[in-house]
Amino acid sequence: MSPRSHQLSRRTLLGGLLALAAGAAVPPLAARAAPNELLTRAAPGSGERLPLVGLGSWITFNVGNDPVLLEACTAVMAAFFADGGRLIDSSPMYGSSQATIGHGLAELDATGQVYAADKLWTSDPGGGPAQIEASRRDWGVPHFDLLQVHNLVAWEANLETLLAMREAGEVRHVGITTSHGRRHDAVEHILREAPIDFVQLTYNVVDREAEARLLPLARERGIAVIANRPFQQKRLIRRLADKPLPDWLAETGATNWAQFILKFIISHPDVTCAIPATTRVDHVRENLAAAREPLPDAALRRRMADYVAAL
Amino acid sequence: MSEWWTYRPEDFLMFSLRVYERLFVLHNQALWPAQLLALALGIAGVAILLMPRPVPRRTLFVLLAAAWAFVAWGFLWQRYAPINWGIRYVVPLFAFEALLLLAFGLWRGGLKLPARWHLPRALGVALVVYAVILHPLTAALFGRGLAGAEVVGLTPDPLAIATLGVAAIVHPPRAAGVLLVIPALWCLGSALTLYLLNAPGAWLPLLAVLVAVAARLLPRRYPPARRKSGSAKQNAR
Repeated sequence: MSPRSHQLSRRTLLGGLLALAAGAAVPPLAARAAPNELLTRAAPGSGERLPLVGLGSWITFNVGNDPVLLEACTAVMAAFFADGGRLIDSSPMYGSSQATIGHGLAELDATGQVYAADKLWTSDPGGGPAQIEASRRDWGVPHFDLLQVHNLVAWEANLETLLAMREAGEVRHVGITTSHGRRHDAVEHILREAPIDFVQLTYNVVDREAEARLLPLARERGIAVIANRPFQQKRLIRRLADKPLPDWLAETGATNWAQFILKFIISHPDVTCAIPATTRVDHVRENLAAAREPLPDAALRRRMADYVAAL
Repeated sequence: MSEWWTYRPEDFLMFSLRVYERLFVLHNQALWPAQLLALALGIAGVAILLMPRPVPRRTLFVLLAAAWAFVAWGFLWQRYAPINWGIRYVVPLFAFEALLLLAFGLWRGGLKLPARWHLPRALGVALVVYAVILHPLTAALFGRGLAGAEVVGLTPDPLAIATLGVAAIVHPPRAAGVLLVIPALWCLGSALTLYLLNAPGAWLPLLAVLVAVAARLLPRRYPPARRKSGSAKQNAR
């Protein structure tokens, strides 16, 4: 068997498995209220409905050209799509993560399924279009669904580039990102002044600064919110791992700490989706399962936050 | 980067320990059996250092320079840079170290190896012996298996440690100090990376720097008669 035919055969196999798993696990869109349905929330500005849990790629998908690890990441993506996931987020800052996503999308023939969210990360705005084109080639998608100014780097000029691209129909949505609770004043200013569709920021059960100003402002301005670092890059999971889960865990719909954390995030009405990253198929399934009913209400969310704070 | 002081060191880590360790496995698979040649050349380098009057010193510096050039291209650029874009800025430093070794080593009246044994020479030779023979075994010691062994001349850590060993020995001190800077910086960076990755043995590159700097600072004793004669040439070849 030639290498080419081997590749085709593997792609066919993966595509078949994906279709089979998708058919088994994900109800049709018309049945959004079904018990196993992944919950979606509409991005306020565009009305685009996105599953409440997406897939991040920081560190986890930066595997270089290691064929074994590339296939492991493809398996994660296959499980993600099979269980109804759509939004994958990356950045040119994340090493080889974009190329890894491109590898997985090509192997799974899934460019039509993904909501491709990437970033512009350059202090030289003149080089922005070239960087975006290089990113697009790495992903292997015809265009990005969302482009964000990464960490507010040269945000005025870079946002101009992205807004011009949106105007020209070269990208559907634009946004900005921050993380670790940094530069919230600047983020607030941009939310007030700039016609963006998305803001990405750090929000989880212990990093809740965004609740005070940014989340209400995003709602007021019709801007979708992507919550990054849901697990504080595993630190939060490690911190809670040996702590007892609450007796009332079943009320949250979670079965473990990871789902507890995710459900807290995505049950905030102003959060459009959370983007946990993982290298494991069982974890990506577990993460997506958090985006199924039930979701905590406001009172239960307060109880969840108080419980973690008291640990 | 704005508000850089608010970042933790681990925030700059872009890859996992699993990916980092796999770099060496893939590198070894791609280069096999070059490891045997590299080990043989490394042992030849140790033999030159152990000679009572190490005449073929130029061979040693040419070998080291070639290794720095190869690791810059073959490991840093080809393997490490795809997962760590910061490495692109390190590659020129490795190339510069190769040029320094060539310039100082081949220049007439340039770097010389001592003919007599003293503690700094012993420490320097110990570092080179560790880099050539023992460092590759740490992969097995730390549970990664020999498939992930870091071999001198093919990977950066043992190469930097071996160069630190040579720089700890050679004369004149000023040129040796110049030669020591880049391998020391690499080892410090490597120790930090391994520490942040929670990898075993993170302290090894750090210890190598401390030993090399200590060896460089230790007084070198020469027979009084020769010191009076002011003949450095009799003590150093």
